[in-house]
Amino acid sequence: MAKPNKPQHAPDTGHEWDGIRELTNPPPRWWMIAFHAGWIWCVVYFILYPAIPLVHESTKGILGWTQIKEFKQAVAENDAIKAPYLKKVAAMSGQELLADPGMRNFAESSAKAIFGDNCAGCHGSGGQGAPGLFPNLADDAWLYGGDFDTIVESITDGRQGNMPAHEGELDDAQINKLADFVIAEAQGKGTAEGLALFNEAGCGGCHGEDAKGGAINELGSGAANLTDGIWRFGGSRDEVLRTIRYGVNQEDVPNTRVAIMPAFGGKLSPEEIKMLAVKVHELGGGK
Amino acid sequence: MQEQEQVNIDELYADARHWHVNTGGETIHAMRVPGRFRNFKWFASCLWLLYLIAPYIRWEGHQAILFNIPERQFHLFSITLWPQDIWMLSLVLILLAMTLFGVTAVAGRVWCGYFCFQTIWTDWFTWLEEKIEGTPVQRRKLDAAPWSLRKIRLKLFKHTLWLLISILTGVTFAAYFTDAFELWHSYLTFNAPQVAWVVVAVFVFGTYVFAGFMREQVCFWLCPYARIQSVMVDKDTVLPTYDEGRGEPRGKVRGKGSEGRGDCIDCRLCVGVCPTGVDIREGMQEGCITCGMCIDACDSIMDKVNRPRGLIRYASEKEMAGEVLPPLFRRPRVIAYSTIFLLAVGGIVYGLTHIPPVELSVVHARQPLYIQMSNGMIENKYTIKALNKTSADRHFQLRVEGAPGVHIVGDAGAGIVLESGKMVPFHVFLAAEPAALKGEKMPLRLVLESIEPPAIRMEYDSVFIGPARH
Repeated sequence: MAKPNKPQHAPDTGHEWDGIRELTNPPPRWWMIAFHAGWIWCVVYFILYPAIPLVHESTKGILGWTQIKEFKQAVAENDAIKAPYLKKVAAMSGQELLADPGMRNFAESSAKAIFGDNCAGCHGSGGQGAPGLFPNLADDAWLYGGDFDTIVESITDGRQGNMPAHEGELDDAQINKLADFVIAEAQGKGTAEGLALFNEAGCGGCHGEDAKGGAINELGSGAANLTDGIWRFGGSRDEVLRTIRYGVNQEDVPNTRVAIMPAFGGKLSPEEIKMLAVKVHELGGGK
Repeated sequence: MQEQEQVNIDELYADARHWHVNTGGETIHAMRVPGRFRNFKWFASCLWLLYLIAPYIRWEGHQAILFNIPERQFHLFSITLWPQDIWMLSLVLILLAMTLFGVTAVAGRVWCGYFCFQTIWTDWFTWLEEKIEGTPVQRRKLDAAPWSLRKIRLKLFKHTLWLLISILTGVTFAAYFTDAFELWHSYLTFNAPQVAWVVVAVFVFGTYVFAGFMREQVCFWLCPYARIQSVMVDKDTVLPTYDEGRGEPRGKVRGKGSEGRGDCIDCRLCVGVCPTGVDIREGMQEGCITCGMCIDACDSIMDKVNRPRGLIRYASEKEMAGEVLPPLFRRPRVIAYSTIFLLAVGGIVYGLTHIPPVELSVVHARQPLYIQMSNGMIENKYTIKALNKTSADRHFQLRVEGAPGVHIVGDAGAGIVLESGKMVPFHVFLAAEPAALKGEKMPLRLVLESIEPPAIRMEYDSVFIGPARH
């Protein structure tokens, strides 16, 4: 291969133009070694791995390696690491999970992706919701209850609120007076006269005689506490009027509020729901 | 006609008359001549023995120097460094770079000539080669000779020893990253993890090929430092230099026309001892690693021919031109490099003496920025990440400072247990009456204090965010 380059004495091809010879100096040895190592590497690689594209698919390579196999293997490895923890999640109660810092942290971290995939679309990545549209999960105002088991129930079975439309039931003046009352009540300034009208119109049946909500929440109506200043559908006068007039989730009422939380029981495993519940509980308002 | 053109081409390349570059086609068999610089090179070699010994030193029950990557802890004797202290590494790198630059500016490629592992390992390998195969002349003869039983025996012996050194080098490197004794055990029982085998394979290959075969070719073509050194030397830099004024015209000491000749007797010993095979008499060049072997060789000849030593000596371009070398600390480069060097040393000393026992970081939740609670309070969520770097579990309490009216919700601030070496993030909620908020954003300080001695107090500045004011 390479000999020291001496231009004066270098071998030539016999070609010459205007006294300039075409030399045939070989490349340096290290270069040739790298060159041969390079093509040998290529051949070996082409034999071992999928390499040459054919019409419908590529050559397979004798190792049988594919990207999807490697991916599935990595997922399986990850699952194997998580398995004992998931077993623990399944065995522990909500209270136990919340009390164990390590497991709580595991559940929250695992639920981060599940939350992002399934919940964040409506409730926001931090559970902050969207004012007037989707409830805030980080505060302590719960329509159906903020304890661990109720959160699990809400995720598993979903929720569908229900409030009748009052247009036609009540006259316009009454609806306006009711709106005035609930807005004032949220600021702690509700009048006794207003509360009387509130109960007369039947609102207290669901929202409670003191407007603090919750009376028939076991039935799943999700009637809100109207005294806390936290509004499910917005606290401006127009929004309150709309809620009273057209209700929530009423069939055949054009302007009714839509408030449907889908059921995730069929989509997520009980362990996943449990871990989600830990995350939601820890967002700030858990009870 | 042909002859005419040949001459023209030679004229074309006249400038490159001395242009002889060895691209690996010939093996350099350098002679070994005793002398001052040879002794210094052995001394530098001994420093590298520390590399081979250090992993077996134990300190306070663990390996003295251990880069534990899975546990993310770097042990240096009594000091344990965590990833959070990695900023010091950048200072160490700056320090090393400045040492390199500074030394190169003053005395050229001292690193290359005496301390570089490529130089040292090559030196060890060629020393063994000389012990086994004999002097350079004998070695060239052996290389050229046809294969015989003796040649096979010598070569086999040499390559076995080379491979043993290579294996030792590789295992030693791996031993800095895991327990050295367990590692040896796992290698010898063939139970070592895959990554350990890969590390050893790479190092054995690298050591064997680089120090055994490529040698000076690494310095010529692979090493980037060899290339950037030329911008670091200047006219003040002392380098092994051939005193052309004294040496030329070169020739035999006695005999016809010896009067008027210079001190160089053209014995070519300086070329013969050069580990990279350059002729220093051509001047400073890329192949010269400034190892001083030619100085030792020339001095020994000068002694024999009764001429003063130093025909080849460490000297700067200015000295050769008869100028006086400015003192070290009047040279801008030396001043700049030393200043940065000292700053880096200061930073490292500060860092090592101020490693916090607990690493505290607080992240204010961004979504949502604040939570309106049903009782009218405003709450903010914080994720606390506290890493206990001490060797014992410790109890802490968390307080809020600098924000009257803001308090921690529940008992989240009391009785925090931080396990040794662990970091489990936890959430803390702070609450405030809307009336207590002085603005949309209120600065505050979270203080984490140890309950039992020794007193540890870590602070972290954050904010409390409330509803927008209109």
